[in-house]
This record gives sequence, structure tokens and C-alpha cells, in this order.
Amino acid sequence: MPLVENGKIVEDRYVRVDDAGSIPERAPVIISAKRFLADAATLVRRDGSLGVDWPNDKRAAELAPWLGHLALVALNFPKFRDGRAYSQARLLRETYGFRGTLRATGDVLRDQFSFLVRAGFDSFEVKKPADARVFAEVVARYSVHYQPAADGSPSALRRRVKAVPAAKSGETV
Amino acid sequence: MYVYDAFDRTLVNERVAEFRDQVARRLSGELTEEEFKPLRLMNGVYLQLHAYMLRTAIPYGTLSSAQLRMLAHVARKYDRGYGHFTTRQNIQYHWIKLEELPDAMADLASVGMHGMQTSGNVVRNITTDQWAGVAPDEIEDPRVFAEIIRQHVTLHPEFSFMPRKFKIAVGASAHDRAALRIHDLALRLHRNEAGELSFEVMVGGGLGRTPFLAKTIKPFLQKRDVLSYVEAILRTYNQFGRRDNIYKARIKILVHELGAEAFAKEVDAEWQSIKDGALVLDDAVVTEIAARFSYPAYKKLDDSPPEFLAARRADRHFDTWVGNCVANHKVPGYAIVTLSLKPEGGTPGDATAEQMDKIAELADRYSFGEIRVGHEQNLALPHVEQRDLAALWRALDDIGVAVPNVNLVSDIISCPGLDYCSLANARSIPIAQELTRRFHNLDLQRDLGRLHINISGCINACGHHHVGHIGILGVEKNGEEFYQITLGGKADENAKLGDLIGPAVPYAQVADVVEDIAAAYLELRERPDELFIDTVKRTGIEPFRERVYAAR
Repeated sequence: MPLVENGKIVEDRYVRVDDAGSIPERAPVIISAKRFLADAATLVRRDGSLGVDWPNDKRAAELAPWLGHLALVALNFPKFRDGRAYSQARLLRETYGFRGTLRATGDVLRDQFSFLVRAGFDSFEVKKPADARVFAEVVARYSVHYQPAADGSPSALRRRVKAVPAAKSGETV
Repeated sequence: MYVYDAFDRTLVNERVAEFRDQVARRLSGELTEEEFKPLRLMNGVYLQLHAYMLRTAIPYGTLSSAQLRMLAHVARKYDRGYGHFTTRQNIQYHWIKLEELPDAMADLASVGMHGMQTSGNVVRNITTDQWAGVAPDEIEDPRVFAEIIRQHVTLHPEFSFMPRKFKIAVGASAHDRAALRIHDLALRLHRNEAGELSFEVMVGGGLGRTPFLAKTIKPFLQKRDVLSYVEAILRTYNQFGRRDNIYKARIKILVHELGAEAFAKEVDAEWQSIKDGALVLDDAVVTEIAARFSYPAYKKLDDSPPEFLAARRADRHFDTWVGNCVANHKVPGYAIVTLSLKPEGGTPGDATAEQMDKIAELADRYSFGEIRVGHEQNLALPHVEQRDLAALWRALDDIGVAVPNVNLVSDIISCPGLDYCSLANARSIPIAQELTRRFHNLDLQRDLGRLHINISGCINACGHHHVGHIGILGVEKNGEEFYQITLGGKADENAKLGDLIGPAVPYAQVADVVEDIAAAYLELRERPDELFIDTVKRTGIEPFRERVYAAR
């Protein structure tokens, strides 16, 4: 499954560690929410980038106290039709101010790319290699957006009313 | 009319380009039908029994004559010469070829029309009163906020994969012509005790197999907060709405299971964190959108000009039509004219390309180039000078849209049913057609007075049968079409769900049953002006049940 960041296919520097596996020192790892929450205080002191795989039926608020210590949060799309993680992403970015990597995993297909970027994702485990290759082209399809979201692009309403600043706090990542 | 700017046009054109690419990938086999499905659905393209169906949004039911001409063109060029106006201010084409869809969409885009938000689990076309901006009892034009919300939710990155579809209606009159309480979310503009304008927010309405009327969760919402509050509702629903069962996925189930109060609390908590952010609707923003609605330059005229009164006296048919199809306008000397798309033996809501072209021409001549589409599946010309009514009536009569049956028993609301729809269990259109033949006598119709019949071909209730004065629901029993009959439903400001009168009846008996119900009403009513719906309310359904089932 190719990983896309900054519009390009890249190597994944993170290692996924399952709940039974031992966590390697210093290496960037992604662990489950269950494992993380069981021992969060210890895990965040570990040396090395820490990522958490956060299921789409858990409130983003539960993760909020730890966000400053996390390098990555992975949010899941079990089916592309299940859009709960879009809300989680915006909450993490806009309400809780998460600045780390926000990764989309699961049923991640071409025609969701624009929505994902606008919801605040910046890392994408793309299901089909053909989709991953055209990522940059696909997200450039739309040059205008009606609504403000997590990507900081100004809404049509704001762009039309020149007197109002294009992006206020809360509109930007 | 809302006038599109470069921004709106760019978005619609980019959408067409994207869809063209998606269709090409489907035709080449790169996309399977399963993968293509959600993409086409996001553009209003359904696969029905015989062909693809294209649903095009008519936001808040307002059309320009140029747009109506384009709808006629699409009907002629890509379909079989007609279109079907739906109960949600959309038009549907039922015979479109996949390979021609991108061209049809590009043609529609040239007049600012599209199928975005007409299908899929997104916020659907925002609907409102078809008399918005002209109704005398209106506080303010609700289309300004309908348009603000429409823009906000169009291709919304967070709310394009919600648990299920989401229907929003906006109203601003004392009399509800937008069926507010059967919507997932409804906003009603009204004045609070201090005389300030605010919105009443209602959530969790909807028909289908578990009908609910929407509950008020916020009686007074300031205009500045409309977008942030809508966003908080959608975010709450997107996260917590059920996704395990398609029949329990609408917001009405979430509101019901949590309770309206707990739901409102959840929404409020979310709203507190975003209400003062980027979504605040300051006056500049609202003014900007409002300014893009153009209003006619009305003449200074008096009501009831002599030539109009003389024409009424001279021609009984014209007088009847005025009494039935013409409504008061907020500007003196003008009128709102309803065009019935319910001729005897016709399909409710269908219009031919020729009719659409002619209506566009008449709109240019008599109604400042504007046409409205109502949820009752009729059209309206919203700004007609009263002194032009006689000439307009003759022109409308020539094309068969001057039948004076508006709000009468033959003004039937119906879904397409099993003749087109892959979800349907039973036919709807032939039932409607048969009823219009049974009740073809206009004197009888007028004697029966206001009487709404709503027909749905399946439990999804696109024909809004639950809120029909007489509701007819098609079901399937052992491979045969049966119909459940409900009485006493209504969709106005006193909305109510109808009550089932007894066991379902077979296809061949539906029209007889409706005739029995009508006959029972004529006997039961206390006075000639006691409406059907009021008689049902007074007597209950029992005497109707007896009448219908005694003979069967």
C-alpha cells in the first residue's frame, strides 16, 4: 500500500507494532489506541517518534491531553463510505490544535483525496497504486472551495467580502 | 434570482471535468460499477430499472427562464422529451445514457445547474417555500439563508460521507409551505418576544419506515450563528449517527435514541467550541449573498384592475382558474400563479420539453423571467401583473397547465414508483392517473375542497404518504401490489402523521377505496366548508374505516 506525503509516494519511516510486539527503541512506531491508553504516561516519555492508531468510533477528545507528545495520529476509514474520521481529523486539527502528522488509513481512494486534505490529513496510505500516482493531479482538481476547513484555504464567503480577512485563527492548520 | 459569479461557475465547471474523468474511467473498465456508484451518486446519477437517472437540483425551487429552457433542451437532446419535477425541488431525467451524461452536465453547468448534493449521504438540495420573496405572510426572503447553507455544504470535506442523506429546509412564513417538520433539519425564521429575528431549529424529522416529525432543539438561534450551529449538528450526526443499519442511519433515529434534549446538549457542546470562529455570519457576509439575489423592478400598480375584474365576470372558466390557481402577492397589482402539472391521466410532476420552453417564454413575458418549483410538483410564475392574468391563462391553457385543480383531490403528489424506481415495491403513477380519471369532474373536486393525496411506491416515502390527507403506500405481498391507506396526515405548520385505516388493499381496489373515503367525507362533514382534514380530525378515522371495509 503506497504512502503519499507532500503529493509524492514516499517510504514509510514508521513501523507498526502490534499489541503483543515489543516496541523498538528510538524507531518511529505506530501503536494501537488501546495499548497507548493503557500506559500513555510512560509511552510519551519514550525517545523516538510515537504514532497512535485511533479508531473512528473513539472520541478525539480522549486523545487531546496527549497530542503534544504525539508525532502522528492515524485515523481509519474502514470503508470509504464511513466518514467519521473526517470529523475526528478536523477536531484534532482545529479544536485541539494537533500539529503532527495526520495519516489516513484503510479504504483510501482517489476521489476522497481532496476531502482528506481539506479535513487536515497530510499523510495517506492509498489503497491502489494507480490512485497514489495521480495524487497531486487529483487534489488540484478544485481551485475554489465554498467552506472554510482545516487546510486554511479561505472560504468563498470570505474571499468575496474583501474587507474581512481571508483566514482567521481556527481556519488555518 | 441568485446570480452566479465567477466563483460559483468555476466550481460547477471543475465538477463537470471531474465527472467526465470518472465516467471515462467507468467506461474503460478502470472503475467497477461498485466503485463508480458513490461517485455518480455524488452527482445525482442513479441506476434505475431501465436506465441511468439524472437528478438535477433546483435550489430552493427558483429557476430563470434560461435555466428552464436548458432543462427543456436536456429533456429533448438526452432524454425522451420530458422531465419529472420531484417533491424536493429537483428535476429528474429517467432515460439518460451513461456516455452522454458528462455532456448533459456540461450543458446544465452553462446555466449554473448541476446534480451536486442531489444524492449520496450528503446534505441534499436545500428546499424552501416556492413563494419565497413574494408571499405576503413572509418575514424575510428565506432563500438568502438557504443559499448561504447551500454554499457551505456543497462538496463539504467533512460531510460528504455521513451515515445517510440529510435534508434541510428553510422557511420564513407563518404558513409553512416547505413541509419543515418532515426534514432532518429545518430552520424557521420568526421573531422572538423582543421582536428580533431568529431561527427556530428543528431536527430529526423524516418519513420512510420510521416516520418522525422534527423536534425543536433551539427556539431562538441568531442569524450570525446559523452556519456554526448547522456545522455542530452535522458534526454530531457524522460521528454518532448509526452506521450499522441503513434503516436506522438517519438523524431522526439518533435524535430518537438519544432523546432530543441529550442530542441538543451534545450539539451545544460542539457549537461552543466553534461558534465564534470562521463560521460567524457577520452582516457583511449576509449582505453580500443577499445582494446577489436580484428582485424585479415592480411597477406601481393597484390591486384588482378593472380589466381583470371584467375578465373574471365575462368568463366563468377564467374566474374558476383565478379562484384556484392565483394567490396574493406581497406587491399590489401582482399575483402568484400556480401551473398545475397534474392533468387528468397524467404523471404528477411531468413536463414536456415543449411545455418547459413555452413556460420559459411566458415567464419572460409576464413574470420577469422567473419560475418556481414547489414540493407539490407544480410550477409557479411568481410575479404576474393582475391585468395580464387573462392573457396568461389562455396561453397556459393552450399547453395544458391551467387545470384549476391546485390543492384539490386530483393534485396528487406521487413518487415515480415501480414504473421507474429500483427501490419501489409497487406502482404509483398508474394509481395517480386512475384517481385523476375517477375525480375528473371539477365540480365534484371543488365540492370536496382541499384534499391532498400522496402516493409512495415503497416505504422510503418519496411521495410523502405519511403527511397526505389521504396517504397511499405501495407494499408487496406474495408478489402482488397492495396499498396501505392512511388518513389525517399533513405537512404544514400543524404537521401530523396520518393514521392507518386498516389492512392493505389490492391494486385494483385503491381508486374504489379513495372514492368511498371521499363519499364518506361528504356525508360526515358538518358544513360544506369543513375541510376533509378537519372532518377526519373531528371524527377520527373510525367512520372512514367502517365505510371502506364494510363493503370489502
